[in-house]
Amino acid sequence: MNVFSLFRRRGSAPVARERLQLLLAHERATVGRSDLVSILREEILAVIAKHVTVDRDKIQVKMERGGSVSTLEVDIEIRTPSQAELALSA
Amino acid sequence: MAKVMVVTSGKGGVGKTTSTAALGAALAQGGQNVVVVDFDVGLRNLDLVMGAERRVVYDLINVVQGDAKLAQALIRDKRLDTLSILPASQTRDKDALTEEGVARVMAELEEKFDWVICDSPAGIERGATLAMRHAEIAVVVTNPEVSSVRDSDRIIGLLDSKTIKAEKGERVDKHLLLTRYDPARAQRGEMLTVEDVLEILSIPLLGIIPESEEVLKASNMGSPVTLSNAASAPARAYHDAARRLMGETLKMVVPNDKKRFFGKLFTRRAA
Repeated sequence: MNVFSLFRRRGSAPVARERLQLLLAHERATVGRSDLVSILREEILAVIAKHVTVDRDKIQVKMERGGSVSTLEVDIEIRTPSQAELALSA
Repeated sequence: MAKVMVVTSGKGGVGKTTSTAALGAALAQGGQNVVVVDFDVGLRNLDLVMGAERRVVYDLINVVQGDAKLAQALIRDKRLDTLSILPASQTRDKDALTEEGVARVMAELEEKFDWVICDSPAGIERGATLAMRHAEIAVVVTNPEVSSVRDSDRIIGLLDSKTIKAEKGERVDKHLLLTRYDPARAQRGEMLTVEDVLEILSIPLLGIIPESEEVLKASNMGSPVTLSNAASAPARAYHDAARRLMGETLKMVVPNDKKRFFGKLFTRRAA
């Protein structure tokens, strides 16, 4: 313990808050709601796949919980058909 | 129509059983017909905290398995006739609880009572998920301490996914009960503040229970703190929380015992 740690003692609660906020932001994205996110991922994939061809690896589903609202971010990459493929299907 | 409420936390030792007993007794004092159900199979304690340990004959597992009727297992509180307790089994393990069996017992309890309060075991395993399964209201008991807040966050995630309400696409009505709070330490920056915890967990606040000697005194005597010393700080905080559960809007305050310093001094001298 030194002189500076005496001053810093005031700040243990803010440290706790910051550590928690960082940790939970990470845990919520991975373990916490893994069930819900994976279920959403599968069902969204199934609906999209009915209409367009999608690569399973090109779908990202993220959920973030905020103060008053939570956001669900769905990122789906759909391949743009090349000119040759368009000509074939026409 | 009965209200089914789970008292849960994830972490152990934060005050689930104390809060179940205190809120149950406070609601019963208000004229509500209340049953408190211990889901901590193998480590039952609600009976002890409520002073009914010597009156346990049958338990939740006996009723779930059909070895006893519900009426045989229910223990009516000696102080309040509107308060009953359904104890957990001390000798069996949590696998003895089946989802169908619990559903049957809950349906029967819902017919008999205004409030069915389920005291959840710690952890996130079967016992905890069964305790929350039928809940429409959840009281998340949290200490202003990092490990408790983290576990509460996890439990909130389960309430949003593993309950019947969640599976139907509805929401469990979640409330934060902050226990063992010390306003002076929070003000000095030594403890997470109410605002910190609310910001992190983002669920509405039901009450703030101050750290107090009265809680241990009450459990020593086998009485919910709201009955043993209704004028004490934690009892007043629990009574306010119970009134909020009944739909009242009350100003959020942290009661304290310190005003009674002279009173205490006299009672000590006299003793």
